[in-house]
Amino acid sequence: MSSITVDGQHNGSIEGHNHHHTDAGHHGPAKGISRWLFTTNHKDIGTLYLWLSFILFLVGGVMALAVRAELFKPGLQLLDPNLYNQLVTMHGLIMIFGAVMPAFTGLANWMIPLMIGAPDMALPRMNNWSFWILPFAFTILASTLFMDGGGPNFGWTFYAPLSTTYGPKSTDFFIFSVHLMGMSSIMGAINIIATIFNLRAPGMTMMKLPLFVWTWLITAFLLIAVMPVLAGAVTMMLMDRHFGTSFFDAGGGGDPVMFQHIFWFFGHPEVYIIILPSFGIISEIIPTFSRKRLFGYASMVYATASIAIVSFSVWAHHMFTTGLALGAQLYFMFATMIVAVPTGVKIFNWVATMFKGALSFETPMLFCLGFLVMFTCGGFSGLMLSIIPADFQYHDTYFVVAHFHYVLIPGAIFGAIAAVYYWLPKWCGHMYSETLGKIHFWLSAISLNLTFFPMHFLGLAGMPRRIPDYALQFADFNKIVSIGSFIFGAAQVLFLYIVIKTIRSGAPAPANPWNAKGLEWTVPSPAPYHTFSTPPMIPAETH
Amino acid sequence: MRKPPSAKKTVRYLVILALCMFGFTFALVPLYDVLCKATGLNGKVDLDGPIVDGGRYRILPEEIPNRIVTIEFDVTHNKDMPWIFKPKHTTMQVRPGVVNSTSYFAKNTTEKTMIAQAIPSITPGIVAIHFKKLECFCFDQQLLHPGQEAEMPLRFVIDPAFPHDIHRLTLSYTLFDMTDRIKEDQTRG
Amino acid sequence: MSLKPLQTGVAFVLAFLSGNVWADYTLNMTRGVTSISHDMYRLHMTIFWVCVVIGIAVFAVMFYAIIYHRHSIGAKAAHFHENTTVEIIWTIIPVLILVAMAVPATKVLIKMNDTTDSDLTIKVTGYQWRWEYEYMGKGVRFLSNLATPAEQIKNRDVKNPLYLLEVDKPLVVPIGKKIRFLTTASDVIHSWWVPALGIKKDAIPGSINEAWAKIEKVGIYRGQCAELCGVNHGFMPIVVDARTPEAFEEWLSQQAKKDAQS
Repeated sequence: MSSITVDGQHNGSIEGHNHHHTDAGHHGPAKGISRWLFTTNHKDIGTLYLWLSFILFLVGGVMALAVRAELFKPGLQLLDPNLYNQLVTMHGLIMIFGAVMPAFTGLANWMIPLMIGAPDMALPRMNNWSFWILPFAFTILASTLFMDGGGPNFGWTFYAPLSTTYGPKSTDFFIFSVHLMGMSSIMGAINIIATIFNLRAPGMTMMKLPLFVWTWLITAFLLIAVMPVLAGAVTMMLMDRHFGTSFFDAGGGGDPVMFQHIFWFFGHPEVYIIILPSFGIISEIIPTFSRKRLFGYASMVYATASIAIVSFSVWAHHMFTTGLALGAQLYFMFATMIVAVPTGVKIFNWVATMFKGALSFETPMLFCLGFLVMFTCGGFSGLMLSIIPADFQYHDTYFVVAHFHYVLIPGAIFGAIAAVYYWLPKWCGHMYSETLGKIHFWLSAISLNLTFFPMHFLGLAGMPRRIPDYALQFADFNKIVSIGSFIFGAAQVLFLYIVIKTIRSGAPAPANPWNAKGLEWTVPSPAPYHTFSTPPMIPAETH
Repeated sequence: MRKPPSAKKTVRYLVILALCMFGFTFALVPLYDVLCKATGLNGKVDLDGPIVDGGRYRILPEEIPNRIVTIEFDVTHNKDMPWIFKPKHTTMQVRPGVVNSTSYFAKNTTEKTMIAQAIPSITPGIVAIHFKKLECFCFDQQLLHPGQEAEMPLRFVIDPAFPHDIHRLTLSYTLFDMTDRIKEDQTRG
Repeated sequence: MSLKPLQTGVAFVLAFLSGNVWADYTLNMTRGVTSISHDMYRLHMTIFWVCVVIGIAVFAVMFYAIIYHRHSIGAKAAHFHENTTVEIIWTIIPVLILVAMAVPATKVLIKMNDTTDSDLTIKVTGYQWRWEYEYMGKGVRFLSNLATPAEQIKNRDVKNPLYLLEVDKPLVVPIGKKIRFLTTASDVIHSWWVPALGIKKDAIPGSINEAWAKIEKVGIYRGQCAELCGVNHGFMPIVVDARTPEAFEEWLSQQAKKDAQS
């Protein structure tokens, strides 16, 4: 994606005061496909992650559209229930592990070295492996759909014993693919922490770090803590399926509910892994377009850290109907409600950044504003879900589906999209079309509300999750939801067009089109293949 | 590009952390058991062997509290488990501190030899810890030939510390078919 | 400037006004027919309004800034970027609000967990893909299957109004009595959910759970399985037929006779 500048060092505007190039052996990138297969350059690897994530976003999206096409009307018209369950499962797996996580990893790869004044990531070769594991893992996962018995059909949360005793034959490939994705994430996280701790340019202290770097640092610790737990859970599944163990099989002395405890011990921090980098991006973009410094930088760091720490202790709020003891229910309810506080603090800080600023509404800012309103709505439904007696009516209904899509799409995805619009000029040296960007925003924002807002009502009216067909009183809202989903899908195809058009023929971009703070804006657009081979001077204000 | 030496240390610690978390996941299995037993929380699945010192929970006749607890005995058949499996008593009125006996009747109504495992579960969960089994067919697997019947004993005592505001508990056994599993273990082992 | 909050606001108002008004377009949770379901509804509406108020406050500030603090109308950015007092205040106030919410929620939760002194116990067993009901100690037990004809599901026949919410043998229960429901399953995890009763409890193989309800009104109450359990997860509904105690006893003795004969 970055346009190639051979021997790019000479384009550097600020690469330290020393312009002698002691980096012997630095030539431009290799040519052709071996460039991409063997690259250890953080910009190239960032590009690879971003394209993989966009492709998988569209694949996962098409699966969602198949689901919504079936749900357009009551009755079973397009998909048999087993295929439906497979599509629902794969949609979840692909979106979480294939779209959102690689998108943020790609952004981390591109931007963290630039933001901290480092020449590359700490472990460039491991970085290459982290990426290339993923296409392999997703090929295996996708191939399960064509195996005898079909692909995974037990929801992305793969509860036992549905996934162990009753899972199709392909489940073992599902497990293998999850292991691969986990290894990729863990290696990526190690790389990010090692880079941030060890490669900061002199003068870039921890409290001068841009918030995107902070949120990724904390996310990386979460990844290292919980991806191995997911690996443990799927290993136990494999052992139950083939090695005679009974971790989750009651007949052998195990407990299906223990699966849920282990899964959600991973699963809850996982949703924070998905959202924290987005928080970081919002914290970069809003100050830029408010022309005002981020309000409460230190609190934002502490709030992010508290969210991460508390996230380890709330997992059973996904399990309120399993028959937990009263004491446990009460504890998890209180802890879950508490996590609303640091999250709220962050929202207040973003609004306070805007307040009495000098706002402009370029596309990155629009996506951030969409985030602020709609992620907050998702947060509110989350707070409602934490109230256990009420949760008994929401759990496993479309109310939950509404909640997590509000935090995931306007939350995580809008953050990633905003980041693409914001940093695309830096990556490829061209400006995107502001008109098209705005159309993309409004189409996305309106259609996503059309799609997911009625789901609150569907859940409250009694529609359960993960069903291919429904009672007649749910028909009208389902129709609206399905229509909205197709419009949203079309809007993302528009986004693809915008990105490609920008790369190929956008207007030339200056080094700092947004007049923003941050080291990444001190290098030319497009960023040279190698940057900060000599550490830069750190400006007085980095955020 | 040379990797700065200090990054090696960071990487080493993080790899160790990742491995520890993987091990922690497996440690969650016994930890889960320990926590359930210690706190009595979720004391639903309890495959302890017989209480060794059952005498601890017996009390002298003159000290037996004048309190009745109703025990409901229930049975669930897991998938593909067609045996007849019935409690001798569907309810019993017992006093804490007194040893009681009952039994379950089982009959293999199929044409093949089968091995069954009965898994107990008690509700409300908080009283599970007070239900002490001195002898239970659920501690072992049961092999029955086609048509074979068995009378399977259960001896238990309610711990005198049983909460005063609860007057009934349900002991439910789910009967699982373990035949194929045992066969697999034998061919494997 | 932005349509979203207007849209959101209108929808929320609609949600509030609905319920009673639009029988077909249910926008809100049912109030149900038990004291627990009423409590659940009340907690739901309380936390909803708390969220609406906080949302209005936050979005008002945001939209004020969007309108009056624009670069294009000449606004000049201020320079403040921290204020410890304000930050402490807006940390403490949410905590207080949450504590206030936690108190009634705790009370209801304790009430929900008190299954003592029930008048009747019904054991509910989940199967792929149907429910079994057993009246403990009464000698009555039967399976309850989806009754919607396959022709309707396959779009070869017009769908009846109870499409996917009808069974061959509903669960008949008495009103005014505390009924204890034991739930378990025979294969995978299912979940027994009847919104009007305020009950949702997972049915877990190898494990027994319990919940209770005291139904206040005669009527038919429908629910669905609420845990993915395989291909026909969407096709195993629940129908509860709540009758007067006398009508229930009559039905029960007839069933017991039938079961004894067969």
